[in-house]
Amino acid sequence: MTELLQHLINGLSLGTIYALVALGYTMVYGVLKLINFAHGDVYMVGAFAGYYLGAVIGADRSPNVGKAALVTIGAMAICGALGFVVERFAYRPLRHRARLTALITAIGVSFLLEFGFQLNPLLRAPVEFPPGPAPRFFPALVDLGPPLEPLGATVQRIDILGFVVAILLMLALQWIVYRTRFGVAMRAVSFDPQVAGLMGIPVNRIISGTFVLGSALAAAAGIINASSRPRIEPLMGLMSGLKAFVAAVLGGIGSVPGAMAGGVVLGLVEEFVAGYTSSRYRDAIAFTVLILVLLVRPEGLFGKGQVEKV
Amino acid sequence: MIRGAFRSVLPFVVGIPLLAIAQAFVPQAYFLWIVTIGVNVVLAVSLNVVNGFTGQFSLGHAGFMAVGAYTAAKVSLAFAGVRIVGLPEVVSDQLAFAFALAGGMGAAALAGFLVGMPSLRLRGDYLAIVTLGFGEIIRSLIENTTVLGEALGLQGLPKRTNVVWIGVSALATIVMARRLAVSTQGRALFAIREDEIAAEAMGVDTTGYKVRAFTISAAYAGLAGGLVGHSIQMVTPAMFTFIRSIEVVVMVVLGGLGSVTGSILAAVVLGIAIEAFRNFQEYRMVVYALLLVVLMLLRPQGILGTRELWDLRFFRRVPRPRPLAATPGGASPTDVRDEP
Amino acid sequence: MSAPNPLELERVTMRFGGLKALSAFSLVMRPRELVGLIGPNGAGKTTAFNAITGVYRPSEGDVRVAGERVNGRRPHEICARGVARTFQNIRLFKELTALDNVRIACHAQATSGFFDALFLTGRHRSEEARIVARAEGYLEVMGLADRRDEIAKGLPYGEQRRLEIARALATDPKVLCLDEPAAGMNAGEKTELMQLIRGIRDRFGLAILVIEHDMRLVMGVSERMLVLDHGVTIAEGAPEAIRKDPKVIEAYLGDAYLEEKHIEVPPA
Repeated sequence: MTELLQHLINGLSLGTIYALVALGYTMVYGVLKLINFAHGDVYMVGAFAGYYLGAVIGADRSPNVGKAALVTIGAMAICGALGFVVERFAYRPLRHRARLTALITAIGVSFLLEFGFQLNPLLRAPVEFPPGPAPRFFPALVDLGPPLEPLGATVQRIDILGFVVAILLMLALQWIVYRTRFGVAMRAVSFDPQVAGLMGIPVNRIISGTFVLGSALAAAAGIINASSRPRIEPLMGLMSGLKAFVAAVLGGIGSVPGAMAGGVVLGLVEEFVAGYTSSRYRDAIAFTVLILVLLVRPEGLFGKGQVEKV
Repeated sequence: MIRGAFRSVLPFVVGIPLLAIAQAFVPQAYFLWIVTIGVNVVLAVSLNVVNGFTGQFSLGHAGFMAVGAYTAAKVSLAFAGVRIVGLPEVVSDQLAFAFALAGGMGAAALAGFLVGMPSLRLRGDYLAIVTLGFGEIIRSLIENTTVLGEALGLQGLPKRTNVVWIGVSALATIVMARRLAVSTQGRALFAIREDEIAAEAMGVDTTGYKVRAFTISAAYAGLAGGLVGHSIQMVTPAMFTFIRSIEVVVMVVLGGLGSVTGSILAAVVLGIAIEAFRNFQEYRMVVYALLLVVLMLLRPQGILGTRELWDLRFFRRVPRPRPLAATPGGASPTDVRDEP
Repeated sequence: MSAPNPLELERVTMRFGGLKALSAFSLVMRPRELVGLIGPNGAGKTTAFNAITGVYRPSEGDVRVAGERVNGRRPHEICARGVARTFQNIRLFKELTALDNVRIACHAQATSGFFDALFLTGRHRSEEARIVARAEGYLEVMGLADRRDEIAKGLPYGEQRRLEIARALATDPKVLCLDEPAAGMNAGEKTELMQLIRGIRDRFGLAILVIEHDMRLVMGVSERMLVLDHGVTIAEGAPEAIRKDPKVIEAYLGDAYLEEKHIEVPPA
């Protein structure tokens, strides 16, 4: 029972992180029909942005909630800007070209981030940038006290906080997507960008906004994850990004509730399977789920099959 | 019939002696360069068949390379110390190597078929992710299999790769790609790339063709794997990560998706660059990444696009060569003559 | 016992989610028949084509090619059984030459495969020669012989349409489905097209099904016509009867027109 509960807790914690990143994938796919390969790396940048900001404001010396909030929001802003820049300069010029071209570019951007961050530092002050290939340790941004132990399982308080923040962010996103004009516009663009444009929607701005939103969520995910698993390194976005993508596909790519559901489900599945068999299979699980989904039900849990007009 | 068979192997009949002569003159210092470039050519041209000709975005080439490399390695290790009776050791060794490579190609082809069958029903972006996934699964499986040496891989392979083998392999790949490209079957691959729905409506079994292209491409990736293993005398999972796959993609995209000569050019250029700049390894991937982004923004068709080197106006002093089966001597279209 | 009809549709219904694009659509194509399919935009004509050629699987009903039920078969299998088509928005292989476009369609009949191509077997080579000759033949029939090596996307619009027809013919069909072949053509080209369609039917002995909006053309070419509106067949018969049919007039021009003009004949 204890084991079950532990896995459940870990799975939920992991799942919400996947969900946050999956949202970025799914929203961008919705409006652009593009798999943003570089999104996982935005998550990585978020973690590092948090790391650097934390260092600058001295979070590790005197952690408190205020600093944590500052670091988180700061990182979200930085990644939002990153998302904006990437879309504007790497993807927008290719909007009318073949999809393959944009896909290749996305891979290029992804690699640029991954391997750019692995270069040895060129800048030494105020921070060492790029961080280089060796892992860094994310500071504890808040000191919440000893772990809780319900029924023999262990829950770190920071994980609870992370979980709560993630849920709040997802609720905020739900509100944005379904209750604001921006959200309506975003959904309109995802149905038909051409018609949306004809209806007066500033398509470019909506797409930019979508990127900013998704990137900010990924940054938050990066920080939440780094608070629980403090070891960060430039390639951390690769696996996590891929898994979050699988989560988005599982939930139905293009579907916001789907991404959330898919993330949680994948997190739970990964925890339980790895927990009861061996942690060597952690990464393979995600790929297996992906292949199964694509072969059995490609539209995912919440998606609808698309019929191509001939 | 004999004429036909001769025509089929002509490139090799001419090529092998030339390569043997070349081998005698190539300094040992450049051996690694030759291997890198040659392997690149095999990888790039074979991937072009899927990514370029057929327009399917495969990111798992390294996985098939791994299958080929490990299979060839196992065969070689099995033959170690075994000698075919009645033949001089040298010949026996070469035969063993040929077996190893063939085994590698066969295994890789099978892997390509098994991966291709389910995956090629998927659309572009999904196919990319799934092939990437399969590549990683293959590597993961190898890493967790004791018989295959797990993370340390297999050591002690005989050093059989040389200029002749590299040259023959590159030649075989190029001949395969060119023959395919000019044939009607190959044209159908291009048709699938252009408009899959129309191709299907015109009677082309698109899934079957895609799988076939995938299988052939994987086989040659396996060949490359076997060559690499027998040049550095070991195979490890780390040699076949998705980064390797992306490197091949960069070559194909740089040269031009669909251009065989383009792939060769890019393979040579990047092969030289890798060797020449070995000291700046850490910047390599960043340069690749920038190259990809800049290429897509400024010249997505790569150097040659879908055309071949001889299509460029610079070389166009003689009329463009007609497809293979053009009726000779300007005969009327209704006259069908078999090759004399 | 006569040969089965090249194409039969029996009460074919196409449903997309809640939308019924085609309702109980029935059609019989007899050998060498010229049939016209008309109807206002969105009536379901192209949907019918897609159901025939296997792009869509019928929600209900049967599609039979040469007597064999082909529901759910893939388009290339249906093509092999004798149904060829052109597309409303031309779908040529744009970057390939005119010859290549037609060659590929000839290929379905070929017996040599990849293996033969790679090893340059004798069978492959003689087959290639035959395919090229056949392809050139079809180009000639459509007046495109001198466009052999031109890249398809560079051809003038009218020639592109003819190339698409040549390509469809190359699959050696028993039924040819033309989806708005005259779209974008001027009057002279349309007249030529009419003669071309009849000529194709006479020379190749196939049945032809034409979707068209140009009334003069489709009525001039068809021996029999079907009219679709909102997925339902509202009229069927000879062109002269269709022209006068009030239901058809209403579908195109609305019932207000009908009331105002009573039994007006639309301009021929």
